[in-house]
Amino acid sequence: MILIISLCNERLHENEFVKPVEKIVKISFFTKRYKDVKEGDLKKADKVIICGTSLQDFEYTQNLELFSWIKEFKKPILGICAGMQVIGLTYGGKLIDEKYVGTHFSNFTPEFVNKFFEESESLQEVYYLHNKIVTLPKEFIKLNETLSYPTAFKHKSKEIYGVLFHPEVLNIGLIKNFVKN
Amino acid sequence: MKLGVLFSGGKDSVYATYLAGKAGHKISCLISIDSQNKESFMFHTPNIQKTKIQSEVMNIPLIFEKTKGQKEIELRDLENAIKRAVKEYKIEGVVTGAIKSVYQSLRVNEICNRLGIECFNPLWQKDEEEYLEELIKNKFKVIVVGVFAYPFDEKWVFREIDKKFIEDIIKLNKKYKINVAGEGGEFETFVLNCPLYTRELKIIKKKIKKEGENSFRGEIEVQ
Repeated sequence: MILIISLCNERLHENEFVKPVEKIVKISFFTKRYKDVKEGDLKKADKVIICGTSLQDFEYTQNLELFSWIKEFKKPILGICAGMQVIGLTYGGKLIDEKYVGTHFSNFTPEFVNKFFEESESLQEVYYLHNKIVTLPKEFIKLNETLSYPTAFKHKSKEIYGVLFHPEVLNIGLIKNFVKN
Repeated sequence: MKLGVLFSGGKDSVYATYLAGKAGHKISCLISIDSQNKESFMFHTPNIQKTKIQSEVMNIPLIFEKTKGQKEIELRDLENAIKRAVKEYKIEGVVTGAIKSVYQSLRVNEICNRLGIECFNPLWQKDEEEYLEELIKNKFKVIVVGVFAYPFDEKWVFREIDKKFIEDIIKLNKKYKINVAGEGGEFETFVLNCPLYTRELKIIKKKIKKEGENSFRGEIEVQ
């Protein structure tokens, strides 16, 4: 069972940032807004996907204490855009201004590409929609080679991933592989 | 939240308006851009003048702007129209009917971000077949007002989106890769009635103009 978490302050944004992820996961999922996630939900979930939100929405940054479960969680997590920021912030990363609105050909490590992308080339076209990025926490490794800041990272010992781009737009294989692997 | 809708009068922008209203937002104005450029990726919609009567039956004010439609100029004109909506109607966000167009979605997101307002794309990445079924279920009366791809012919113009239409368009999708919702510009639509209208729009005059081998434009007068 996959737990899909919405960070959207406005419900209408869920059509854009959560429903496309649900469409890809397709079966065996349940969705909760981040403020409504209970211990029982985390127990029930085999994996967690934390979705992104709009460019102007930073409401979730005022409630970071609600994500303290991330550090204790033993099962795989994938954070998308704002979801990646939440993971990074939980592990001590900092949010800094860095805007990118557009598609970009980004290079990723071969291990990351082989595990998650449909095509095996390290150069992948991805869709970015962000005003801020999170710095790389100590326990994480950077998975991108193109840009200086982390656009994809992984926890050194746990199956916790973050991607700054939106795989639900141009790289749906990444979500499918996260669910399947 | 007070919102403005980028409004072409076709199914996508009208349904996006409906969803935004249903989610509890106030639709303060519609924004239509009349592009003189037939090749425009952003705004080319042949029945754009009809948004005036649609705004009347929806009781929502309309901002109607013209653009020459050259790439950067049309984006500047769009930004100016949105600025006008912010000033006159105090909108805090913009709604679009983008489904798959990364180009349109990114451009509008960029403009809204620059103006410090929200951008909503409630149809983003939606399953096309499911979407057409939702239109019927929610009592949207939508007709085709133009077809622009092989193997369409003039018989498709003025067809209503109903169960039979969905069956037929799925067949074209399987055989010719025609996008079921017309996202690739294969066909264009006009909404004659929906739950947002105070009355149905009636077609009082119509004609079909052939523009190419598989390209037919329907011109309508409605009241």
